[in-house]
Amino acid sequence: MSKDSRIVRHTLSVIVDNEPGALARVVGLFSGRGYNIESLNVAEVDHTAHTSRITLVTSGTPEVIDQIQAQLARLVPVQRVLDLTLETPGVERELALIKVAGSADQRVEAMRISQEYRASVVDTTLESFIFEVAGEPSKIDAFVEAMRPLGLVEVSRTGVAAITKGAAAM
Amino acid sequence: MSTMEDKNESLGAGTQMTGSEMVIRALKDQGVRHIFGYPGGAVLPIYDSLFQDNELVHVLVRHEQGAVHAAEGYARSTGKPGVVLVTSGPGATNAVTGITDALMDSIPLVVITGQVATHLIGNDAFQECDTVGITRPCTKHNWLVRDIEDLSRVLHEAFQIATTGRPGPVVVDIPKDIQFKKGTYTGPEHVRHRTYRPKLDPDTAAIEQAVAMMAAAKRPLFYTGGGIINSGPEASRLLRELVAVTGFPITSTLMGLGAYPASGPNWLGPLGMHGTYEANLATSRCDLLICLGARFDDRVTGRLDAFSTGSKKIHLDIDPSQINKNVRVDLPIIGDAARALRAMLMVWKETNAKSDAAALKDWWTQVDGWRAKNSLSFRNSTKLIKPQHAIDRLYELSKGRETYITTEVGQHQMWAMQRFKFDEPNHWMTSGGLGTMGYGLPAALGVQMAHPNALVVDIAGEASVQMTMQEVSTAVQYELPIKIFILNNEYMGMVRQWQQLLHGGRYSHSYSEALPDFVKLAEAFGAVGIRATTPDELDGKIMEMINVRRPVLFDCRVDPTENCYPMIPSGAAHDQMILSDSADEPQVSEEGKMLV
Repeated sequence: MSKDSRIVRHTLSVIVDNEPGALARVVGLFSGRGYNIESLNVAEVDHTAHTSRITLVTSGTPEVIDQIQAQLARLVPVQRVLDLTLETPGVERELALIKVAGSADQRVEAMRISQEYRASVVDTTLESFIFEVAGEPSKIDAFVEAMRPLGLVEVSRTGVAAITKGAAAM
Repeated sequence: MSTMEDKNESLGAGTQMTGSEMVIRALKDQGVRHIFGYPGGAVLPIYDSLFQDNELVHVLVRHEQGAVHAAEGYARSTGKPGVVLVTSGPGATNAVTGITDALMDSIPLVVITGQVATHLIGNDAFQECDTVGITRPCTKHNWLVRDIEDLSRVLHEAFQIATTGRPGPVVVDIPKDIQFKKGTYTGPEHVRHRTYRPKLDPDTAAIEQAVAMMAAAKRPLFYTGGGIINSGPEASRLLRELVAVTGFPITSTLMGLGAYPASGPNWLGPLGMHGTYEANLATSRCDLLICLGARFDDRVTGRLDAFSTGSKKIHLDIDPSQINKNVRVDLPIIGDAARALRAMLMVWKETNAKSDAAALKDWWTQVDGWRAKNSLSFRNSTKLIKPQHAIDRLYELSKGRETYITTEVGQHQMWAMQRFKFDEPNHWMTSGGLGTMGYGLPAALGVQMAHPNALVVDIAGEASVQMTMQEVSTAVQYELPIKIFILNNEYMGMVRQWQQLLHGGRYSHSYSEALPDFVKLAEAFGAVGIRATTPDELDGKIMEMINVRRPVLFDCRVDPTENCYPMIPSGAAHDQMILSDSADEPQVSEEGKMLV
């Protein structure tokens, strides 16, 4: 059988029992087996059922992505794994906090561009802004690049959160 | 009040006891009889409860690695989980090699480790280590129990997870204060992991498709592995039936020996790097490869892009992550081996399926041609004991007895795999995946503990056996009459062989210098030492070893330069086997040299 060697970016949703070490197992699996993590996002999503949702962005050939999914599913606290890239394309969003410092024209320009990106200002001093911007990772990349010449100081990103479109749950 | 307590007692739930009492109670409720362990500060409360118990048998090893290998031998020879009890810090880290070994070979183990008290965790306390952190990648699952009310549930879940689905080792780390604390005990009947549900029943459609592929095959081959053994004796029985009704040839991995009898007519011997010519050629040339409970390990496949290129492949495994991991397969079947084999047999019979008799006859003619090469033959000597001859004699002289074989790792292991003929499952214990030198001696202890009247032989090398040699002391203490049959060639033989074949004969640090006198060493331990140096005396000495009801260190002096053939050099394909020293220098590619 011929191997498909194209490396493709995939977003995986992993529902896990919220127990100590669950995240370490997932992360350790990636480092131990030599897979990439491009972004990772985790939080409890159901307090009563003690479940957390991990959203992982990784890349690899279709075979590697299949292996990653199977290896994840094998972990005892993992309940379900879904490849959002292959399902009815999911919605992906990321949030970033971006600190920009500057004065005069730079400041005005940063503010003007932030409006184009629908970023909101969550902190202001005389020398700086902190913008909050949400959207697809590529939009955040673009916004960060736009801020770079305007006094970009610091970036904090959440990593991708993703969910399938339509009425059904994963 | 008393009636209430009685009722709770009968439910096995609601009884108040300390954590250490819970451990003992949970083990007994899980049907455990034997524990392999070593005490220390952080498990003293459990050892105290053990002292007050009259049912559990504790085997005191001499090193924690030995405890784990002993538990592995116990588990593999009985089908029951092996249980280990060790202390925190070095107790736990010493156990890691054994735990990793069990993970690689899918051996069910429950390893209980002591931990420093909860309030000390993270403070670099005496004999503290992050046991769950260290063992996370080498266990199927692990737990640190921080609340006494979780302890009994976790212990029962530990057994459930270790023994079901693809078996494996689990670690339960119990801080010392939790061992002292009182809490509520819950019996196993009330515990089932909340979400863990391995898939055991194969899809009917996949089974039907498998049967159709088998009936249509012209050159079929069964390739079976440790999954058949792990599924239980019923899987071996069903496999034999399936081989009989189809008439297909069968080969097996190192881990799967005994599932199909070596004396069976369809047996081709093991496949892989040191497998037989017929098994590897059949794998290379078959048109249908039916993989049952094996995982296309690199020792089996050799060069992947040349592995069995002309075949359709069926892969049955209980672990979905094994499918398409190394080799793309045409038909995956997820499930327990016994259930899948039963379903295949049922469909085979119901659909009145027939093998293609004419094609199969031609295939067997071809296979028999390869068999005629007699690839395991060797040139015997009247002066030196050839290691192959020593194993042949051990096999012949132990025939008819209930014999269990363990091994260390290296040439002797491969010779044992090739030459010792296993007719039953669970009689062959070896470190396959991890390749752990030092496995065989302690594993033999565990086997002998479970089968006190059997003949248990560790086929060993003089280098491997020194790694866990101290466990002879355990054998003496518990009067376990294990036989450590050392093929002493004064070299790390497999390292020497690779250095000869791949590194221009530069024998870098592979000579076993300053060897102990194994006979005197045996005597120092209080065991029996026997030495054989010539072929003439070999049979008599082996019989002496078999007949003495005490642990024996047998120093069998063999030809130091014998190589293990056949061999597929690393990076080569199955049809590029080297059959003997007289063959041309093997051509090993630069890529091949990179491979282990």
